[in-house]
Amino acid sequence: MDSSDLAAVWLTLKLATTVTLLLLALGTPIAWWLARTRSRVKNVVAAVVALPLVLPPTVLGFYLLIALGPYGVFGQATQALGLGLLPFTFAGLVIASTLYSMPFVVQPLQNAFEAIGERPWEAAATLRASPWDTFWTVAVPLARPGFLTAAILGFAHTVGEFGVVLMIGGNIPDRTRVVSVQIYDHVEAMEYAQAHWLSGAMLLFSFIVLLALYTFNPSAMNLKGRR
Amino acid sequence: MDGIRVRLHIARSDFLLDVDFELPGRGVSALFGPSGSGKTTCLRAIAGLEHADDAYVAIGDDIWQDRAAGIFVPVHRRALGYVFQEASLFPHLSVRANLDFGRKRVPAGERRFEPDPVARLLGIEGLLERKPDRLSGGERQRVAIARALLASPRLLLMDEPLAALDLRRKQEILPYLERMHDELSIPIIYVSHAPDEVARLADHLVLLDAGKVVASGPLAETLARADLPPSFADDAGVVLDTVLDGHEADVDALSRLRFDGGVLYVGRRKEAIGSHLRCRIHARDVSLALQKPNGTSIVNLLPATVTAVAATDTPGHVLVQLRMGPAPLLARITARSRRELDIAPGRQVWVQIKGVALLG
Repeated sequence: MDSSDLAAVWLTLKLATTVTLLLLALGTPIAWWLARTRSRVKNVVAAVVALPLVLPPTVLGFYLLIALGPYGVFGQATQALGLGLLPFTFAGLVIASTLYSMPFVVQPLQNAFEAIGERPWEAAATLRASPWDTFWTVAVPLARPGFLTAAILGFAHTVGEFGVVLMIGGNIPDRTRVVSVQIYDHVEAMEYAQAHWLSGAMLLFSFIVLLALYTFNPSAMNLKGRR
Repeated sequence: MDGIRVRLHIARSDFLLDVDFELPGRGVSALFGPSGSGKTTCLRAIAGLEHADDAYVAIGDDIWQDRAAGIFVPVHRRALGYVFQEASLFPHLSVRANLDFGRKRVPAGERRFEPDPVARLLGIEGLLERKPDRLSGGERQRVAIARALLASPRLLLMDEPLAALDLRRKQEILPYLERMHDELSIPIIYVSHAPDEVARLADHLVLLDAGKVVASGPLAETLARADLPPSFADDAGVVLDTVLDGHEADVDALSRLRFDGGVLYVGRRKEAIGSHLRCRIHARDVSLALQKPNGTSIVNLLPATVTAVAATDTPGHVLVQLRMGPAPLLARITARSRRELDIAPGRQVWVQIKGVALLG
C-alpha cells in the first residue's frame, strides 16, 4: 500500500465515523417518531427514509448533485450562507452518505423502540418521570442492542458505498477519494496488486463487522439481505 | 374535604364509559365488575393514562383533571402510585434501582416513605440486588407495589394486581395487602373481578356493569343489596365484621365471633381474643325457617327480619334480604319455599347459616 492508499483508508474512516455520529443524532428522533406516532403520514415518512434501500445510488447522487449545485435550492442556500458549493467536497460527501445510509440506522432503532412497547412508558410516567426523562433513563437503555446494531450497520454501509460517492464526491485525493473509489482507480490502471490489498482488507473488515454484529446481537439477523 | 371525586365520559366505537362517583379519602375502595365492565379503563383514566372526552378527577382539593376548566395534569405530575396487572418492572434495573426510580424523582420534603420500612412491609429486603428476571411472579408484584408506594402517592391505584398470579402466589401477597391497608393512610382504588379479594380487602365498593355505576357505598351495605343486576346476584353474599369473643369448651373446638346482630360459631381460631375478623356468608349457604329449628346439625341459628325479596337469574330461586339486628344478610331460596313460607318484608324468621368463610 502506498501513501495514496493510506490516505484513502484514513478518509474512509473519517467519513464513516462522522456519518455514523450524524446518523445516530438524526436517525434516533426519526425512528422514535416512527415507532410511536399514529399519524397518517407515518407510512410516507417511512417510505422516504427507506428509499435508498431500493434506489440506484446514481439516482440519489444525481438528485443531490442538482439540489446542492449552483442552481439547486440547497446550493443557493449554502452559497448565500458563505459556505460555497458542497458537491465534490468532504461535507457534500457526508450529506450524501448520511441520506444513503439512513435506513440502516432508522430501521433497527425503530424496531428496538417498538419492541419496548407502551408499558414501560406508562410505568415511568406513574413514577414521576417526564417523557424526556423516560427517554434517557428507560427507552435508551432498553434499546441499547438496537443502537449497537444501528451504529455498526451505519458505519459499515458508509464504508462500503461507491456509487453515491462517485456522483457527489468525485475522485479528489484526500478530500473525496475513499477506499472503494481508490480500488476502482487501481483496477482502471491495471494495478491489480494494490487492488488486491485494498479489496482484501475491505472483505476482511466487512466480514468481521457482520460477525461481531450477529454474535453480539443475533436479532440483527433479520436485516441480512435487505440491500 | 379529602374525598376522591371522579367523573368520566369515554366514548369508543365499541364501548361507552359514563361514571360519576365519590370515594372516601381513606381505606380501600374496590372497583368491581365483570370483565368488559370498564373497571380498568376507569382506573387508567383516573391516572391520566387514558384519554377521556369529559372528565373531572380530584383528590381532596387537588384537581388532576377538569375538562370544563381546561385542566389536565400530566401523569408524571400526579401524586399517584399505579400497580399494573403485570408487575412492569424495568428489566435493565436492579430491584433497588426500580424502587428508587420513583422515589428519587419526588422532592425530599414530599417523601412519605423510606425504602427500608417499605421493603420490610412487603418482605422484599432480601431481593434488592437482584434483576427483575430473577424474581418469581409474586416477588415481582410485591416489588412493583413497593416501588409505587415509594413514589409517595396521595392515591394508590391497583389494577387487578393478583390476576396474573396463581392461587399460591395470591395467598402469598394478600397478607401484605392487608398490612398495607392496616398500616398506611393512603387511599387505595383496587380493581378486581374476584369477589373474595374484594370481600377481604375493600371498605368501599363501586359496582360497575357495561360502563355504568350500578351501586356505590360501604362494602357491607352494598354487598347486601338485593336489587343488584343478576350478574352480581349469582355470587351474592354479605360481609360481616366480627370480633373474636371467646372459645367454647375444648371438646367442641369452636370459637365465638360477636357482631352487631348476634354471635356466630366457627372452627377454633388461633387469633388473640378481641381480634377483628371479617367473614363472608354466601346467600346460597343461608336457609330460612319460620320457627327456631330443632334437631338440626346447623349451629348458627339466628332470628332475623325480612326486609326485601328480589328475583335472581337462577330459575326457580329468589334472593331474600334480611336484618339480624342492624347487620344485613342475604339468603337464596326457591320461589316455592318463598310462597309456602309466605316470605315477605316484615316477616320474622330464623336463619340457618350453613357456612361462614373467614377472610384472612
